[in-house]
Order: sequence, then structure tokens, then C-alpha cells
Amino acid sequence: MNKLFQWVDARLPISHFWNAHLSGYYVPKNFNLWYFFGSLALTVFVIQIVSGIWLTMNYKPSAAEAFASVEYIMRDVEWGWLIRYMHSTGASAFFVVIYLHMLRGLMYGSYKSPRELIWIFGMLIYVVLMAEAFMGYLLPWGQMSYWGAQVIISLFGAIPFIGPDLALWVRGDFVVGDATLNRFFALHVIALPLILLFLIGGHIMALHEVGSNNPEGIEIKKHKDANGIPLDGVPFHPYFTVKDLVGVTLFLFFFAIVVFYIPEMGGYFLEKPNFIPANPMQTPEHIAPVWYFTPFYAILRAVPDKFLGVVAMGGAIFVLFLLPWLDRNPVKSIRYRSTTFKALLAMFVVSFLVLGWLGTQPATGLLTFLAQLFTLLYFGYFVALWFISKNEKTKPVPERITR
Amino acid sequence: MSEQSVANVTGGTIEPAVDLRRRRFLTGAATVVGGAGVAAAAVPFLSYWQPSAGTRAAGAPVDVDIGKLAEGQMMTVEWRGMPIYILRRTKASVDELATLDAGLRDPNSQVEQQPEYAQNAYRARTPEIFVAVGICTHLGCAPTFRPDVAPADLGADWKGGFFCPCHGSRFDLAGRVFKSVPAPTNLLVPRYAFMNESRLLIGKDEKGEA
Repeated sequence: MNKLFQWVDARLPISHFWNAHLSGYYVPKNFNLWYFFGSLALTVFVIQIVSGIWLTMNYKPSAAEAFASVEYIMRDVEWGWLIRYMHSTGASAFFVVIYLHMLRGLMYGSYKSPRELIWIFGMLIYVVLMAEAFMGYLLPWGQMSYWGAQVIISLFGAIPFIGPDLALWVRGDFVVGDATLNRFFALHVIALPLILLFLIGGHIMALHEVGSNNPEGIEIKKHKDANGIPLDGVPFHPYFTVKDLVGVTLFLFFFAIVVFYIPEMGGYFLEKPNFIPANPMQTPEHIAPVWYFTPFYAILRAVPDKFLGVVAMGGAIFVLFLLPWLDRNPVKSIRYRSTTFKALLAMFVVSFLVLGWLGTQPATGLLTFLAQLFTLLYFGYFVALWFISKNEKTKPVPERITR
Repeated sequence: MSEQSVANVTGGTIEPAVDLRRRRFLTGAATVVGGAGVAAAAVPFLSYWQPSAGTRAAGAPVDVDIGKLAEGQMMTVEWRGMPIYILRRTKASVDELATLDAGLRDPNSQVEQQPEYAQNAYRARTPEIFVAVGICTHLGCAPTFRPDVAPADLGADWKGGFFCPCHGSRFDLAGRVFKSVPAPTNLLVPRYAFMNESRLLIGKDEKGEA
């Protein structure tokens, strides 16, 4: 067996890869709970790929058959309900994990030099993931699938001049129809997962090139021993492979609770109107996107102009890409930053959550006003950050990790 | 040949010096030709997403019998997969349209959201029959027909019209959009023609198909 391994290893860089990325890859020793979410995101990705492949075995991507085929999976296919609930819960779990992963980055300044590219890759993953989730949501061909897609594709129509033709091109029909469903299926099961895979590869390669940040925001590569090993680092394997396994176990515990007992999550993971087949002649009384899109949906509705609403919504996502250059303070961790920064970040998180709630509600008088207020606060975070970060009063950052 | 391509003679064999200009030209030419090839190859892949011949054929005009449509009633038919609203307005509601002008964004239908024969006070060929695409000009939901006057949820000023449940856009019974709602323009009026008193052709008029 050992000889066989040596034969292969001489022809394929297995031990080289193992050493470079696992046993010889040094990670700061002070990771806390927030550092679980990267490996958890990878776990959910695997769950989605596997359950997704199994779902395609019985799903039929046509307007005439899609809804019935999903119900067929739920009722007639052996364990079909489990695979389907794993996939639908996985979609929401993906965003829970990703949002917490991003918040970790915001708190500990993980987007700052030299990790800007990691952040950019991460943001690209987030955008592709949103497209992936949006297209996947059309596939059950329920009322919410249908009208959600109709509204979101119509957003392209708001672009001046080319808008209407672009929306027609995306749909492949005058309204969302069979052609739209079929192509969304192709993109959802092949194109976007493939792109995600490449982006995740880039994210991890960029991370392993510069090394992980940590809750102290200290660069462990600044202090190395005689062998060039960071003094405050420990090898990823076995230390963090084992630690991450604990995280995965805990995660699967909660995941299973949702899958088995509350797969619809009171209409937040699977919306109630989606149990009615798509009807292009009638819009449901109240439509709202799935919870992970609602903050941006609230921003869209807050602006009383069609085109500017779309611009604000796109801007809310795009501005995150610029974060590494908007935050001009070299101090990374929130632990050593000013009270103003802490207050701003708290304001941002609260705005995001409130907007998320508003996006699920009908847009009436007071709620629209609140959406406008919190949209301003959302963008205000980035503007204020640019101004305060330059001359911010920070605490001295220690040279070494001591806690 | 240029002076850059002077050959070096070493040990009896002739080794031509690297001609950088020639190399740059060849690299550039290959890139341009290759790029044109990629661009040409992209055409079928992008055009593949356009509505297919079958989809366009399904956009053929529809023949609708409106003989049974009573006053104040609305019917919905499908054309190009889109809901088409056909409404027989009462005399009173047609007369009332003019009183709403002050609260409308485009009361005189200046924006081209209708064929020229519908660019009038009632946005239709005849005052009674109103035809429109039942898709909100905001983000594409189907507005609800709300003929009831002054219902609790729409307020005392409501004289009947279309209300979009998605984002609260309001239109009057001629599909004209009210001010301060998200929808930017009036409802789209498709090309249509009367075959006779009770037969309507949607998607085609004397000038041809839409």
C-alpha cells in the first residue's frame, strides 16, 4: 500500500498538497467560534451538491410538469421528502452561515490588506450564490417562484434603453415561462455551481497565500522561529480539522432539527403561496422574497422611483466590494478600534436586520418610511466609515497573540 | 528586412536574432483574429437565449368573444403568455375619468404606452371597451381589478381601477397611473381591433401585428 502511494505521489503532488494546505499550513492559535463559518459554508456546499444531484433524478424542468414532479418527489419517491427538505433547508442555511462569515470579516477587519482579494472572491461567491438561490427558487414552479422571478427579471427592464430587450433575452419569452424555467434549471444545476466551485478555489488559494486573520488582527507571519514557522500559529491539521469537525457536528444537529421538524420555518424557508402551482394570470395578494433577499428588497421598495430603486439595491451589494478601500484604518480587529467604529458596525447590523424584517412586510406608510430611514443608515455605515477611519483613535495592537 | 533581424553566425550554423517587432505583430494579429473568432462564436450562444420561433409563433393574435361581457365586468385572456384585461366600462365610470386627471402622472397618455388610436381621454378605441396588458409597469405583477368605490383598504378617494398587490401601484379604469406610486407609466394598451360588435382581435390591427 505504501509503495503504491509512493508510486502515485511521484506522479501526482499529493503529499505536497497535503503539506502545503493542511499539515504544514499554519493558522493563528486564537481562533474563536466565529471561525467555524468558513468550513460550515463548505459543508453546506457539499450538502447542496449531493442533495441537488439526487433531486435532478426526479425533477422535470418544464412548466407543465415541474410543480407535479416536486410533489412527486415529496410524496412518492422513497425518502424524496428528506432529500428535498435537505436541499431547501440547505439554501437558507447557506445564507445564515455566509452572513455570519461576512460579519466575522467586518468585525475583525479580515477584508483589509493583504486580504482584499480574499474579500473580493468572497463577495463574488456571495453574488453568484444569490443568483443560484434565485434560480433554484423558480424551479418548484409555485406562485411565489413564478411571481418572484417575474419581479426580479423585471428589474433588468428598469435599465435605460436596453432594459426591456435585456429582460426579454433573460426570459426567452414575453413573460416568465417554460423557456425561462428550463434555462434557469441549466444555470442552477451546471453553470453556477461550476462557477461557485472555481470561486471557492480562488477564495481558499488567496487565503492560503497570505494566511488567516484572527480575532486580534495580528499578523502571525511577523514573528517566526528559526525554521520559518509562525510562533503564534498551529498547523491546520490536526488542530483545526478536529476543531472544525466539532463545528460541523454542532451545525448538523441544528440542521437536522430544521429538516425534520420545521422545514418550512413558518413560511420563511418555504413560503406558503409556493404550494399553489404558478398562475401567470394572477399575482398572489402579498409577495415577498425568501428571507435572505429581504434586506435588499426593502431597499428596492424604499426608493419611490423604478430605476433609482434598482440602482440603490445593486449599490447596496456593490458597496461591499469597496469595503477594503473605504475602511482606511490599518487596525484590523474591533477589539482595538474606537467606540465610534463599534457603534457604526452595530448600527449597520441593526439596519440590515430591520431591513430584512421590513422586506417581508407589505410596503405601507410608516413601514416605507422606516425602510427609507434604515436604507440611509445602511449606506451611512460606508460613508461614515470612510470619514472616521482615517484619523480614528485606536488602541495599541500587541505584537504577539497573548490571549 | 530590418536591421533587427541580422543573423548571428556561430560555429558554422546561422541563428537568426529575435525579431521583436515581427513577434509583436504576430502576437497582435493572432490575438485580433482569435478574438474575432471568439466574438463570432459568442453570437449563437447569446442568440440561443432569444425567444424561439415557437415562442414567437405563440405570440399570434387572439380572437376574443366579448358578447357576454356585461357592463362593469372584466375578463382576462392570454396573449403571448400575458394576461390581457378586457373591461366593459359603464357610462358613469367613463365620464368620471376626466375628474381624476389632477392626481395622475400622465393623464393625457403622452408616454407611448398605447397605439395612437388609444391616445385619448379613455385610452381605447371606443369609450366602453378598455383593453390593456395586465402587467404592472413597475415590476411585472398582475394588478387586481378593483371596481368597488371607496373600499376600506384603498381609501375614500378610490373610484375604481387597478391595484397592484406587490408594491401598491394604482391605476384608474383607463389604466392611467396615479402619482406617488412606484409604477412609472400607464398600463400598456396592446394593438387590437374590432372584428365586429362582439369580437375583438388582440395583438393585431389594420397596421399589422404588434
